Amino acid sequence: MGWLQRSASDTQVTHRDRLWLYVVAAIIMLLLVIPTFIVIPMSFSDSQYLEFPPSNWSVRWYDEYFGSSKWMRATVTSFQIGVLTMLVATPLGTAAAYALFVSGHRAARAVFMFLITPMIVPVILIAIGAFYAFGRVGLNNTITGLVLAHTVLAAPLVMIVITASLRTYDLNQELVARSLGASRLKAFFAITLPQIKFSVVTAALLSFLTSFDEVIIAIFVSGGVNATLTKHMFAALRDYIDPTIAAISTIMVLVSSVLLLATQFIGNREK
Amino acid sequence: MESRVETAGINEQALQQQEAREQWTLLGLAAPAVLAVVAIIVIPVGWLFYLSFIGSDGQFSLEHYQKMIQYKSYARVFLITFEVSLLTTVICILIGYPLAYFLALLPQRWAGIFMLAVLLPFWTSLLVRTYAWLVLLQKKGMLNDFAIYIGLWETPVKLVHNMTGTLIGMAHIMLPFLVLPLYGSMRKIERDMMHAAANLGASPVHAFWKVYFPLSLSGMVAGSLIVFVLCLGFYVTPAVLGGGRVVMVATQITAILENQFDWGAASALGVVLLIATIIILYLAARFLKFDAALFGKN
Repeated sequence: MGWLQRSASDTQVTHRDRLWLYVVAAIIMLLLVIPTFIVIPMSFSDSQYLEFPPSNWSVRWYDEYFGSSKWMRATVTSFQIGVLTMLVATPLGTAAAYALFVSGHRAARAVFMFLITPMIVPVILIAIGAFYAFGRVGLNNTITGLVLAHTVLAAPLVMIVITASLRTYDLNQELVARSLGASRLKAFFAITLPQIKFSVVTAALLSFLTSFDEVIIAIFVSGGVNATLTKHMFAALRDYIDPTIAAISTIMVLVSSVLLLATQFIGNREK
Repeated sequence: MESRVETAGINEQALQQQEAREQWTLLGLAAPAVLAVVAIIVIPVGWLFYLSFIGSDGQFSLEHYQKMIQYKSYARVFLITFEVSLLTTVICILIGYPLAYFLALLPQRWAGIFMLAVLLPFWTSLLVRTYAWLVLLQKKGMLNDFAIYIGLWETPVKLVHNMTGTLIGMAHIMLPFLVLPLYGSMRKIERDMMHAAANLGASPVHAFWKVYFPLSLSGMVAGSLIVFVLCLGFYVTPAVLGGGRVVMVATQITAILENQFDWGAASALGVVLLIATIIILYLAARFLKFDAALFGKN
């Protein structure tokens, strides 16, 4: 245990003096992570009731999930909407972030602030507003409607990621290409895009996840055959607790863990 | 001599034209995003704003706002919303500060690994985490079992479908929003400052409170305000973990729409929520600028 006496920093504090901090931090990190992973063992329980640890193991809730046309339909819808949101929000946000970053116009900052307002307006307000407006134009319960709403939520995240990456990138490279005769468009695709491509991928994954996990707008705007996974899950959580949710939750945790690890990996590559 | 001036003029004109064309192209690139925000946020929210001023007789009226002042039920909703948001923020500060401090002390590489403990929940569906807390906190749940096992209490305590459960779930969901900006501001604090304090004879505890803590305040204030504002409009977690007992503004808006289909009343509540959010963020922006001027340059 010699390391305890060793200095923790180059001031006079030793690791032993900081032991309390390490213990507190470890407990907090456990409390953060446990609720994320606990659904995995729970989903393999044999019991009707929510018990942990399960007394008998089984895959009956997975059978239930994969055998239910309602859950399968909702899963497909959620993936569809997530992918479409990603395909719309990524180019939309990237184009806007790029334009505002290079323009240097007085209004650019104001436009940027305007475009990230969806992060500031309470989601419940966006949800009922969209519900009301979509009702007028027949977009409620459609995939198009929800993709539009989710795109507006995801685009600010894309813009923030792309702007941060443009800050570390030397735009003079594009000027060089253009002085050699490339158009701005060509310079962007040939010179800039390849260098910020990892950030674009991160932004795309983020926008997929924003849509895939979104609950409140989906509760209001989606329905019928186009109801999302989160809408059904919320209803199931509020009214009665169906252990099938543990199986679905496990799948959702796996999806987000894979995407998170992918972005961490990508982040390291870019450095 | 004269011709040279002329070409210079033509060149300048051409450059200006190109510059103008360039600005239009860039405007065109940003236009789709602007249109989307106008269509999905500005017009619908503007519409709700208008509806909140239309009375049941279809005429302009302030009745929805008057009801908010007159009826006790509204006052209770505002009070609970404020209480939950404030308590969640305080819990996040108490738990988030030591965690961010720990992460900021680690070498960058290790901090990146431990940071996954913050990022993973952040990326996991809020519904999944709310569900997990429902299971952990129930009467026969793991937390009750554990507390009884170590002798904290003797019979199972009701931890969910009430305020306690709501606060635990909300704090868990909001913590990353506090830890990330706080960690950012702690990383910017130069180690030399702490060395200087030690050199001048400050004890580690004294140096922490006199030097480190004030420098980390800007991140803490920013994070706290984000947490508070997000809590104000929260819907899912109080609805599930509160079990109908914790009625916040968002819950009330939904209830009004589901039960009475009263768009005017629901919109008025939404408008109040939006205005409260804007005021807090405006104050935050001012305060933080003030704060940066005070601490930023050191």
